[in-house]
Amino acid sequence: MKHIAIGILGAAALGFMASAASASTLDDVKAKGFIQCGVSTGLAGFSAPDDKGDWKGIDADFCRAVAAAVFGDGTKVKFTPLSAKERFTALQSGEVDILSRNTTWTINRDTALGLNFVGVTYYDGQGFMINAKKLPGVNSALQLSGAAVCVQSGTTTELNLADYFKANKMEYNPVVFEKLEEVNAAYDAGRCDVYTTDQSGLYGIRLTLSAPADHVVLPEIISKEPLGPAVRQGDDQWYHIVKWTYFALLQAEELGITQANVEEMKTSDSPEIKRVLGQEAETKIGTDLGVSNDWVVNIVKAVGNYGEMFERNVGTGSPLKIARGINALWTKGGLQYAPPIR
Amino acid sequence: MASQEVLREEPSRGSFINDPKVRGIFFQAVVVILLVAGVWWIVHNVIENLQRLHIASGFGFLKNRAGFDISESAIAYSSDSTYGRAIVVGLINTLIVAVAGIITATIIGFIVGIGRLSHNWLIRKICTVYVEVFRNIPPLLVIFFWYSGVLAVLPVVRESINLPFGSFLNQRGFYFPRAVWGDGSWLIFVALLVGIALAWFVARTARQRQMATGQQFPVFWTSLALIIGLPLLAYVLSGFPLTFDFPKQSTFNLTGGFQVKPEFLSLYLALSCYTAAFIAEIVRAGILGVSKGQTEAAGALGMRPGSILRLVVVPQAMRIVIPPLTSQYLNLTKNSSLAIAIGYPDLTATAGTVLNQTGQAVEGVLIMMVVYLVISLVTSAVMNVVNARMALVER
Repeated sequence: MKHIAIGILGAAALGFMASAASASTLDDVKAKGFIQCGVSTGLAGFSAPDDKGDWKGIDADFCRAVAAAVFGDGTKVKFTPLSAKERFTALQSGEVDILSRNTTWTINRDTALGLNFVGVTYYDGQGFMINAKKLPGVNSALQLSGAAVCVQSGTTTELNLADYFKANKMEYNPVVFEKLEEVNAAYDAGRCDVYTTDQSGLYGIRLTLSAPADHVVLPEIISKEPLGPAVRQGDDQWYHIVKWTYFALLQAEELGITQANVEEMKTSDSPEIKRVLGQEAETKIGTDLGVSNDWVVNIVKAVGNYGEMFERNVGTGSPLKIARGINALWTKGGLQYAPPIR
Repeated sequence: MASQEVLREEPSRGSFINDPKVRGIFFQAVVVILLVAGVWWIVHNVIENLQRLHIASGFGFLKNRAGFDISESAIAYSSDSTYGRAIVVGLINTLIVAVAGIITATIIGFIVGIGRLSHNWLIRKICTVYVEVFRNIPPLLVIFFWYSGVLAVLPVVRESINLPFGSFLNQRGFYFPRAVWGDGSWLIFVALLVGIALAWFVARTARQRQMATGQQFPVFWTSLALIIGLPLLAYVLSGFPLTFDFPKQSTFNLTGGFQVKPEFLSLYLALSCYTAAFIAEIVRAGILGVSKGQTEAAGALGMRPGSILRLVVVPQAMRIVIPPLTSQYLNLTKNSSLAIAIGYPDLTATAGTVLNQTGQAVEGVLIMMVVYLVISLVTSAVMNVVNARMALVER
């Protein structure tokens, strides 16, 4: 029901929004004093509330990084949990300022939905998970013909699933829910044989099942799922702030600037580090963007660099223990690459 | 009327501003203008904002390929079908669960409603408990209760419960053999139609005879023999064309046969039980609304209690029952949109998926609202016709 409510609210919001040019998102955000950040309803490693109610994960931390860039304070964020169905309407109607919710970047979303994706914070791909104890002998997705497959509605996952089974001339029985928790519960209860979503998600979800050790993630990756934050179209300044926050996180890792050493790095001998951290005389590195010149310092102080964020939330420092793989920096054979900050 | 005309003939002393008729027209015009302006303003703003935000609009998307699958479909549907067809699939699923739910809720509701007035203490109390329990729990919780109940209690596929006639019951639903009609099976359907027609004719003749002579005829047993016996005869004559496709165990699921999924089952049971509690109260009110003198008069004429209920009380109670019953049918249909919580692909679920895959929230919500409105108006219209036929004809 909730998505309808949001749909109607969204429609109503679109109706009542003043048709004259509204103030820029940056001004709105500064006026209200915090960033409204759309996250998932709870996906371990990306955005999930911990036992104290604090949102943890890469997606949640990314919003904190933007808040640090804008306010110099990473805590000035409010989180709105959104289901897959609600997320785009919530961003379009202005209910959230950033959608940072393990969302796949596609051309349709960049054009017809009126969004702008700022980059890829996590390169993912869709996989399958099965209960190996109940289904011994199944070790490939190509053996899944006839299976009941649990999937979340309104996702690219749902579309890839249909394509993959069709391309391989296999039958399947979709069991579709709106909310992640509902899919998890149905899979755990045995309503379906297979769980499909982004592979990182499968590792996170496996931890929440009643017997995680019984479940295996099959080796096949059937799609490209570049996950990243998105903003509304039509506000270039806000788009640039969010995009360059992402690049700043990468640049900080590349230059070896960490949460621990950022203060020392300010007095570094390297002209590049001093420039990025806004320590050059007469610098306009931040003010041209619409934020303060020490914005990168604030970002790193709040959440660390991209590598620290990754390891803390999904990598070795987390229960998920996902390897960097293609999410490593370009200097280490990965795909993460930032244009120069100068 | 006369006094008004007198007033109008008098020349009004003040200006026509004080004329109540002119005022009435003026204020009505103002309201209409404000309403139209308000609607125009909203529509205009929606269009302008959609354009400003570069969001696609219009209903052209309905002809595009959907790309997602739907678990239950009464009509042919695949991921190659259009978004429009996906919405129609959802609409049909809504109608299936609504019609099935309305029939079952009415039957349970009548039984419980009459039961609440039973002279038997136990029956009366059981019916009261039923009504109070289901009437006071939100329908969503009733749906979850059935769904979790189904999933938690029933065994996994490999340990399916074997039922008679090759049926199975497990977590994935209820499986039973599907009839496969062979050559010559059309004869069976023809025989069934002939049987129904003959039964109707027999019933009519018997009623006329009873009216004329007072003699009764065993209509029920004759009709039963006609409706079941004739198709059976046709089945034998046409050389046993009917075979059954039995569900069989495969790697993952039972394949073959006909599967009733737990999503449908729990939604259907929940809506039926929930709405039946309200219908029971309506029926009880209707029966209590029939004057006690009617029952006593019928008793004085020597009618048995069953006949009194069937021939005297219920027909009069129906006049009280039908109007509020319509509201309950509408409620049941609209409550079926709660299906989304357990993943039954009804209109709300499929239209919601379409809404999300295309990002066209305004159009998606509009389609849902219009479709539910049409379903409700059609239900009301049908019930109004029934009500008009049942209403007291005064002589």
